[in-house]
Amino acid sequence: MYTQALNANPDADTRDLEDAAQLARFEARVADEERIEPNDFMPAAYRRTLTRQISQHAHSEIIGMQPEGNWITRAPSLRRKAALLAKVQDECGHGLYLYAAAETLGTSREELVEQLLSGKAKYSSIFNYPTLTWADIGAIGWLVDGAAIMNQIPLCRCSYGPYARAMIRVCKEESFHQRQGYEIMLTLARGTAEQKEMAQDALNRWWWPSLMMFGPPDAASSHSDSSMRWKIKRFSNDELRQKFVDATVPQAHFIGLTLPDPDLSFDAAAGHWRYGTIDWEEFKQVIAGNGPCNRDRMATRRKAHEDGAWVREAARAFAEKRAATKTAAAA
Amino acid sequence: MVDAATPLWEVFIRSRNGLAHKHAGSLHAADATLALQAARDLYTRRGEGLSLWVVPSSAITASDPADKGMMFEPTASKIYRHPTFYEVPEEVGHM
Ligand SMILES: [Fe+2]
Ligand SMILES: [Fe+2]
Repeated sequence: MYTQALNANPDADTRDLEDAAQLARFEARVADEERIEPNDFMPAAYRRTLTRQISQHAHSEIIGMQPEGNWITRAPSLRRKAALLAKVQDECGHGLYLYAAAETLGTSREELVEQLLSGKAKYSSIFNYPTLTWADIGAIGWLVDGAAIMNQIPLCRCSYGPYARAMIRVCKEESFHQRQGYEIMLTLARGTAEQKEMAQDALNRWWWPSLMMFGPPDAASSHSDSSMRWKIKRFSNDELRQKFVDATVPQAHFIGLTLPDPDLSFDAAAGHWRYGTIDWEEFKQVIAGNGPCNRDRMATRRKAHEDGAWVREAARAFAEKRAATKTAAAA
Repeated sequence: MVDAATPLWEVFIRSRNGLAHKHAGSLHAADATLALQAARDLYTRRGEGLSLWVVPSSAITASDPADKGMMFEPTASKIYRHPTFYEVPEEVGHM
């Protein structure tokens, strides 16, 4: 139960005064696959790691509405438009489930939103790429949601209860996202030469950024050790990336598209598709704010927030007035 | 600038008649009417329910996990509260 009704918790920092016995008990509970709930003791570093991870995840869902929202009014049919609208609405829902889970760790919604708007918090690099053609909507559903699913399924068993529960809800909704994307790609790949070319172009542009979604290679990743021990993470970045490649390559071949990687080859002995070198410099640049759409995404988000300010104010004023009338009537 | 706080609500859904309302998650809304509308948009996009409750989170009093021992431990020692504690001859059949 998310009973931390306090929007900000004043003693968030003193709550985790750690003694060795408490710490050992916590580690043992986690090792034992017990779930940690909001009011339980947790080390400050566990709280910090989760707050960062869950809120970044929430921000990504919210910013992720933009690239796809770009095509809602231009979807090629009513069927596609209804599906895209429903998908983008789901992504908003995912963001809100995740903010609620992050808040149980003691940071208020308003603070989390402020961290995004001020640029202090990060969101997934993938949403800083533009959606140039309709085929990009297919590629996003198939690849970006496909990669997200790979990442999110193990999170359903995360040691932190509220995060795990939010992920179960999210995963139930994600499979439609990936299937509708693949259906778009399949339709285009089986269409005219021009349509197939459009699908191939979208795959060419989204493939590498999708592989980057799993984060830096294991050798360079800084947060992994404790996240694994605390059962926040169940698989390493490279393990998840490999699972994604293995699942996706045959899907591309099935619809007659070519992956933009000359080094891609099947390692029959290991049963894995081996992929070429990822351009980590590009990843670093996009994370640092220099991707093709970073500024645009942030400007759009800030404007939406500012444009909604009067609505939030009016709702609050109305609620206060109603509450005052009620008290007066009762007196 | 951090916005003024909007109250937190807990959402409960009855998925079908005959079942109890079950906790689904939380949301922020200025008042009960808006909370109910937001709950509908956020938690019932796929026919998840027939009935919704929204409750201000501040109205919930929760037990403290630190009191877990004191609150719930005694039941483990009272095994005579369970049917398996009692012996009934096999010939009597199911009871
Ligand atoms: Fe999502
Ligand atoms: Fe999705």
